[in-house]
Amino acid sequence: MDINEIIKPENLVYDKSAVLNDDVMHYCPGCTHGVVHKIMAELIEEMGLQEKTVGIAPVGCAVFAYNYIDIDWQEAAHGRAPAVATGVARLHPDNFVFTYQGDGDLASIGTAEIMHACNRGENILVIFINNGIYGMTGGQMAPTTLEGMVTSTTPNGRNVDLNGYPMKITNLIAQLPGTSYVTRQAAHTANAARKLKRSLKKAIQNVLDKKGTSFVEVVSTCNSGWKMTPVAANNWMTENMLPYYPLGDMKDSEKGEHSEN
Amino acid sequence: MGEVRLMKGNEVLAEAAIRCGCDGYFGYPITPQSEVMETLMARQPWNETGMVVLQAESEVASINMVYGAAGSGKKVMTSSSSPGVSLMAEGISYIAGAELPCLLVNVQRGGPGLGTIQPSQADYFQSVKGGGHGDYKLIVLAPSSVQEMNDFVNLGFELAFKYRNPAMILADGAIGQMMEKVELADFKPRRTNEEIEAECGDWATLGKPKSRKKNIVTSLEMDSDIMEANNLRFQEKYKKLEEEEVRYEAIQCDDADFVLVAFGTSSRVCQKAVEIARAKGLKVGLLRPITLYPFPKKIIKELARKAQGFLSVEMSAGQMVEDIKLSVYEAGSNARVDYFGRMGGIIPSPNEVVEALEDKFSWELSYGVKRSY
Amino acid sequence: MAKVKGAVVVDKEGCKGCSLCVEACPHDVLALHKEVNSKGYHYSFMENPDECIGCANCGVVCPDTCITIYRVKVS
Repeated sequence: MDINEIIKPENLVYDKSAVLNDDVMHYCPGCTHGVVHKIMAELIEEMGLQEKTVGIAPVGCAVFAYNYIDIDWQEAAHGRAPAVATGVARLHPDNFVFTYQGDGDLASIGTAEIMHACNRGENILVIFINNGIYGMTGGQMAPTTLEGMVTSTTPNGRNVDLNGYPMKITNLIAQLPGTSYVTRQAAHTANAARKLKRSLKKAIQNVLDKKGTSFVEVVSTCNSGWKMTPVAANNWMTENMLPYYPLGDMKDSEKGEHSEN
Repeated sequence: MGEVRLMKGNEVLAEAAIRCGCDGYFGYPITPQSEVMETLMARQPWNETGMVVLQAESEVASINMVYGAAGSGKKVMTSSSSPGVSLMAEGISYIAGAELPCLLVNVQRGGPGLGTIQPSQADYFQSVKGGGHGDYKLIVLAPSSVQEMNDFVNLGFELAFKYRNPAMILADGAIGQMMEKVELADFKPRRTNEEIEAECGDWATLGKPKSRKKNIVTSLEMDSDIMEANNLRFQEKYKKLEEEEVRYEAIQCDDADFVLVAFGTSSRVCQKAVEIARAKGLKVGLLRPITLYPFPKKIIKELARKAQGFLSVEMSAGQMVEDIKLSVYEAGSNARVDYFGRMGGIIPSPNEVVEALEDKFSWELSYGVKRSY
Repeated sequence: MAKVKGAVVVDKEGCKGCSLCVEACPHDVLALHKEVNSKGYHYSFMENPDECIGCANCGVVCPDTCITIYRVKVS
């Protein structure tokens, strides 16, 4: 069968969301951010939320998230996205507000803001990109950096006696009564990305239903920071990150689930 | 005439916020301004006007809540005292950089560090020179009475929205804690969503309709040419403020040989000092800057043509005195500028001020002519 | 028996050659081209177009959203 007989509008099964614009992303080749951005744009379009969505961009690589997803955005100071989102969501309770934060932003400098926003049960979605490193500033140790992992500030590997332990902040978040849905997902395979999309959809629906904070961690790669090819980074993530940060729902208030992942 | 009550300065801030149609308040407790949030929480304005009041986990969080809410077009405010305002500095810089209107209140206490809970004016530099990183200015209003605590809430919001710039009420512990008669403003309804859309629709994050481009609230710009253009635009705005928004009160300055310059609590002391000095036959006036930024340079330049001396009376080690010196220098005047003040939470007495004046200007007082340099 | 045939169109200039789509393809349809695009990336293309079933795995994992997918049923 000739390929041109297949490539026809009526046979289209997968295309770019109209909510994602045509700007080429500044992210490195193979970066997980692109996949998560794309999924959020798809969901905002599919759920008809473009007119009521406000995104809060962090400081870090995703600071420019506002360049790609065609919604209103605010760019927060480092770590403060949950406070900024609180301000927007409290004053516009009918809007859908989400933060998009990395591990340095959320689990280091912004620990107070994320814990308290989740504890108050702000009606927001928090997307937490955990790649175990500071990407934008050049690959320094993050709170989530694994033991022994080499970064530019742990050139001999993370030494827990010196640097403390990799923080499973999502597990702490799941303990807070203000959160309704807390899950850890990934996007390194097509199946994982599809599952992530289902999780984000549920999380968004919870926010729309005013059930409190929904928190979606995405275990991610930073192939540039890890100094690997994108494919090798995915493999390294599967072998090293996932055993420490296992995937799955930690809390689903609908099901009364609470696991100790 | 509006409703008249006997109220504390801090309580009035809360009441004025509700009455002027404020949409939200975010704060964190700190002495000597905790009554602001306490009054709001007791008043429960969410039942009355729909105003949101939230106790944040820190000043860092509260200023960023203000950033978010202001970025979405709402009329919001926070209040704190000196150490808390230091914590907010980063957020205030972001708010100025993103050109968001909001109202900040600093009920100053003495520093540095944890300092004292007693009143002070030592955050003058922090307030009028920017305070955080980068080239920015706040619109700074200095109330000297409980009545002005009331009036400046509405004025602060008006200026903030007119210039899309944060405005600050720079009070001190004495003004915050004292009780005075105050005539309250009439209730003004909060703006409707349609009004907000009309006023702020081209920049605020209200949710993107199909009809317009997305609005992005940010202070970030990677292109140096655009970032410089942004800064030049800010500077134009500050220049316009300096031309159009200066406010001051001049008391018995017309024939004054010596001008006391003081704001807030110290200006109340100086009003009495003027009386004492005049009774002694000294021609002394008082210039009270109401806007600390923009600073009333022009009137100081005018007064410097005939006055022999200016005495800046401050509850600090002498901060505003630098701006007075600059103004007098720009006027090309020979008038001498000096400073008198107390620190540590001590309010100078009127007699102390007069003694300081007589001491520091003894040469001029003895010879009755301007010193020539 | 109905059989599914697919085809993917890669936006050559948008591709950064990360090869995540190549890995994600269950039928080894995709490969990186030996030529480069204007940015210098070896872009992804259908090396074995006949094997494509239009499963969209490549599109789902593509961080730069430069893959469009078509699918038809043929008997």
